[in-house]
This record gives sequence, structure tokens and C-alpha cells, in this order.
Amino acid sequence: MSLLDKHQFIERNATLLLVGSLLVVSIGGIVEIAPLFYLENTIEKVDGMRPYTPLELAGRNIYIREGCYVCHSQMIRPFRDEVERYGHYSLAAESMYDHPFQWGSKRTGPDLARVGDRYSNEWHVQHLIEPRDVVPESVMPSYSFLKENTLEVTDVSMDLKANRTVGVPYTDEMIAEANADLKAQADPNADTSALLARYPKAKVGDFDGDPTKLTEMDALVAYLQMLGTLVDFSTYDDTTGYR
Amino acid sequence: MADKHIDEISGVETTGHEWDGIRELNNPMPRWWVWTFYATIVWALGYTVLYPAWPLVNDATRGVLGYSSRGALLDEMATAKAAQGAILERIAAATPEEIIANPELNQFAMAGGAAAFRVNCTPCHGTGAAGGEGYPNLNDDDWLWGGSVDAIYQTVAHGIRDAVDPDTRIGEMTAFADVLQPDEIRQAAAYVVSLTGKPRDPSMVEPGKQIFMDNCASCHGENAEGNRDLGAPNLADAIWLKVHGEDQIAGQIRAPKHGVMPAWTTRLGDVTVKQLAVYVHSLGGGE
Repeated sequence: MSLLDKHQFIERNATLLLVGSLLVVSIGGIVEIAPLFYLENTIEKVDGMRPYTPLELAGRNIYIREGCYVCHSQMIRPFRDEVERYGHYSLAAESMYDHPFQWGSKRTGPDLARVGDRYSNEWHVQHLIEPRDVVPESVMPSYSFLKENTLEVTDVSMDLKANRTVGVPYTDEMIAEANADLKAQADPNADTSALLARYPKAKVGDFDGDPTKLTEMDALVAYLQMLGTLVDFSTYDDTTGYR
Repeated sequence: MADKHIDEISGVETTGHEWDGIRELNNPMPRWWVWTFYATIVWALGYTVLYPAWPLVNDATRGVLGYSSRGALLDEMATAKAAQGAILERIAAATPEEIIANPELNQFAMAGGAAAFRVNCTPCHGTGAAGGEGYPNLNDDDWLWGGSVDAIYQTVAHGIRDAVDPDTRIGEMTAFADVLQPDEIRQAAAYVVSLTGKPRDPSMVEPGKQIFMDNCASCHGENAEGNRDLGAPNLADAIWLKVHGEDQIAGQIRAPKHGVMPAWTTRLGDVTVKQLAVYVHSLGGGE
């Protein structure tokens, strides 16, 4: 214990104590900060990921506003029970355009990471209006007002710009067309070829059963219906995706 | 510093610091605590060697054991698949009826079907398969497309009105708003109600019957018993899927609503669909 007795030497030498403290804090800082510069390493190389369409982004904002993440996770962990229930485990690449990510930390309701394409739009609308109509034992609150509320987004291109600032690869074209894309995606009569060229695999058409009105329900269902559907798992190799 | 001061009362060495005559005892840490602390450090070092730990520039150390949670999942899935492989192959080779006839396959298919049902079917058909508004009850004897295990298998595999499957079951009721006069539709609705209940205006039943025979009986049958080849529901039982009461029945005659059931073979694979058919067949209404 003779070494430990020497601490008095440091304690009584202010400069040395300062240098020593700095050294210790630096190590802690480097261990926490340095890996952030190598985040790219943790993101799998996958085909199919694209930024959210303006309507999906608006739906995502409603998802966050209503606090869906409090009861629903979006993170399928690599366990057999989860994979057999929800599908392929979530990849880091699948939330790389999420700011902030919606992994959540508690499942009062089921995981939603791959809820896209799982149910019909009608089911989602019915379920959001009155969850117990389709799942009698559900404890989820009713979100029927989403169908009444027209989607009020002053300028969705600002949302896209904000996301671009933090690294989401929205192009100038996407930002310029954002407001038109927002309306076109939920309009069954719109020409969506340009939208689909910008955002492959986007679901288009009326979502909430009322084609005359663009509601918050349209946006939220559009968002839910794309969750987990983007990555092309036919070209993804689990063994090279080591993380 | 060097002057070791021993506290007179306890006989313990002090730290040598003194504040207004108050000194701090320098009791050593309990030995067991110190050694446990050192042991955790050694453990941590060993752990970082055995398991993935230290971040490097483009990667991280992989650990001598080569463990990864994703790799462990792949192993577990492979083990499970190998354990079930033989029986899954036999299920793949058997028809649903053969599966039911074989106790071993039946037991496996019932468990597998129940699990798949809970994940995939309960959102619409309910946890207990009792159905809901627009979603058929699978426990009763009332089948739109047939309740034999083969018919159920066909329905689960290819769905109903699911455009993505070319073999899907298709049955669309005509919208009679363009065919019948509004009062004729009301009469037909009154007749349909009279089969199981009391219509509002009994005088409309007789003309309604004639309209039914002329327009509806070709699909729903002369006794309104339905036609499973067309998915035309039985109207003579008191089981209603989408509409309740005379007004809604009239609405359905005017502009029918059609439900959609997804085709499941492409999502779940044939083996799971067979297990689902066996399970649903067992629920109570199986024929």
C-alpha cells in the first residue's frame, strides 16, 4: 500500500493535481466521444433505405406528438421469440434517417418496427379510431380525432431541410417538391410517378378512407405502413452484417 | 507527512490531516472488499479478451470466443429449425386432412398453428377467434367459403379478394343501386330481415320475396342459404358480419362493402399455412 500513501504528494501540489485531473477526465471523455466519430462503422450496408416522404415525415411527427413511443418500441432485438413474432431483427441502418430514433424502451403494445404492410389501411383506421373494435383486450386509447383533424403543415419542406442539416440525404429536388409530394401521396387521383421515383416503395393512395380530405390519419397510417418495409432483405447477408 | 499519528481512543492511524483539532481515522478497507474489487478488474480484462469489446478504427475487437448476439440468434434459429426439421418436412408433404389424421403431426400443427394464429390472425379475428365487425367468427358453423379443412387451407393460403394472389377467392356482390328501384331495395331488405326477425313493415315482405328470387337467389340461394362457391353468405341464419338491421341491409344491397383477407402463403410459407388451417379447423366450426 506504499504507493497509495503517496497521494498526499499529489494532493499538496495543485499543478500536479490539475494535470492529473485533466488526464483522467480526458480518458473518460475520449472513451465516450471518440466512438461517435466512427458511427458509420456500426451501420450495415443495406439496399433500399431512403429518407421519409413528406407525408411519412408528417405522420412520424404525429407519432411523436401523440407519444406512441411511450408504449410501442421500434426495435426488434436479435432473440428467437422476437424474430419469430415480428420478423427480421432491426438493423442500425433502418433508423439511420431517424432524428430522433423511435426505438422506445417499453412495450405496453407490440413492437412496431415492422408493422408496415402487416395490416390493411382500413384495419389501421378502424384500430386507431377504436382499438377495441378489432382487439377487444386492447388498452390503447382511441385516436379517433386523427380522422377529424385535417393535416396542418405550414411548410413541410422546412422539416426536410432540418433533417438535411442533421445528415439525412434529402436532395434539393425533394425539398422543392415537398409540399406537392405531401398532398400527392394521399391523393388517389394524383400522378405519383415522380414521387415514387424520389421515394421508392412509398405507399400511395387514400389511407383513411376519405379521399376528399388530407387528415392526420392519412399521415400516420402512411408512416405506419412503411415501417420496416424499406430494406431489401433478399440482398442482405446476416453473416456479413456482423455488428 | 511522515508523522504517523495514532488515535488514542481507537488506536487507529489517522490520515494526518487536522482541522481544528479534528482528525480523520484512516481505517483500511476491509480486505474482502479490496480483493473483490481487484477480482472484478481482472474479470473485466478477461471479459474484454473473450468477448467483443475494444473499439478500433474501422471495427472492434471480436473477442476470442467469437460471440455476437446476432450470431447467437442464427445458431439458435438453426438449432430450432433442425429440431423441427423432420416433422416440418412431413407436414410439408402431407395434406391438411392427413395431418389431422396423424396424432403426432396434428399435435405439432395445433401448437404451431396456435402460435402463428396469435401473431398473424388475432388482430382481425380476435384472440379467441370470435371475430368482430367485418371479420368473421371462426368458432361458429357459419362459413362463407367452406369449413372443411381443405377449404380453410385454400382461404388462408390465397386469401379473399387479395389482388396480389392470382388464386385468391373472388366474390363480389353487385351494387343494386343501379339495378333496382329504391323501394324495391327496401322491400328486398324487409324480406331478408323477415327470414330471421321482424321487418318494420310486414307488407313489404311479399313483394320483397319476389325481388329476392329474381335478383338475389342466383347467388344467395332460393332459401337464402348462401353459396360457398361464391362466398355468398347465408342470410337465413341470424349471423351478420357487416350489417345489422334493415337500413344497413338495404345499404349493403345498394352499395356492398367487401372485406379483404390477405393471402398468407407468400408471407408465412405453405407449412405454416397448413398448421393454421388445422388449428382454425379445430376451433369449433370445422366440418
